[in-house]
Amino acid sequence: MLACSGECRASGTLSRVATRLVRDEYRADCTATLCLPLFLAGDEDERSFAREFPTITIDGCAKRCALIATEKHSGPVADSMVVEELTQVPPTLSRREPHGEALELARRLAEEIARRVDRVLANTTRHKEADQ
Amino acid sequence: MKSEANGPQVYVIPCSGIGKPTASVAREATYRAIEDLRPGVADTLCLSLLTMGDAQTAAAVASTPCITVDGCPRLCARKNVELAGGQVCLALRVPDLLREHPGLTPAAVLEIGPQGEELADRLAAMLAHAIDGLVHKEDSVVGRS
Repeated sequence: MLACSGECRASGTLSRVATRLVRDEYRADCTATLCLPLFLAGDEDERSFAREFPTITIDGCAKRCALIATEKHSGPVADSMVVEELTQVPPTLSRREPHGEALELARRLAEEIARRVDRVLANTTRHKEADQ
Repeated sequence: MKSEANGPQVYVIPCSGIGKPTASVAREATYRAIEDLRPGVADTLCLSLLTMGDAQTAAAVASTPCITVDGCPRLCARKNVELAGGQVCLALRVPDLLREHPGLTPAAVLEIGPQGEELADRLAAMLAHAIDGLVHKEDSVVGRS
């Protein structure tokens, strides 16, 4: 999973927190996170990981930095999502680590990411079985 | 000369790496500095957007003093701001501060814990001080008291 973690808006923070929740709690046994700043800085380990393993990008806004960067440096992604297109982000929501209702919103996003992880893994397994 | 009406006088740009608690400290300290300690004077912007070549973001860093805050020795914030043509006036690294205060190790990426909060507070104070220095330097150059 590659999240934009955009600092300038709340949806960037939501992308970060939701992704980390999936990695830490919801799908800890089958997901990893990639560091977008490191990826953009040219780290070949991050880029080759995204090439080798199915990658889901989670962007905060329609600028889609994570998606564009991954497609440019590693290839097509398995799935992509934009927080502001999936949910209504209240304009007063803080950019800082969410608590209360904002954390609940991050958790709902994490559940959606987890569903997509399951779909990607199921598709990957089907392809492997078909190749055998 | 920048004023509050024209935009921030300093940009503080954290790396926001998702893999390390120290990157979360960098991010949290940035928000504390720009929202709590120096509101209206400093702001942040999206490092990813800058690195992707967004023209507006690049113009902002080229014309405004920047402070970068990196969570690890890879220095992604500093490197990417410099590559984009930004003027990095100060580059801070959370691991350096942690070496000075080894008891303030942040707990986790999402919940940095009480020690991480203390580290973020100290870093935010350093940032506020640095922001003041940059603002007063600019004021001196243009002859404002």
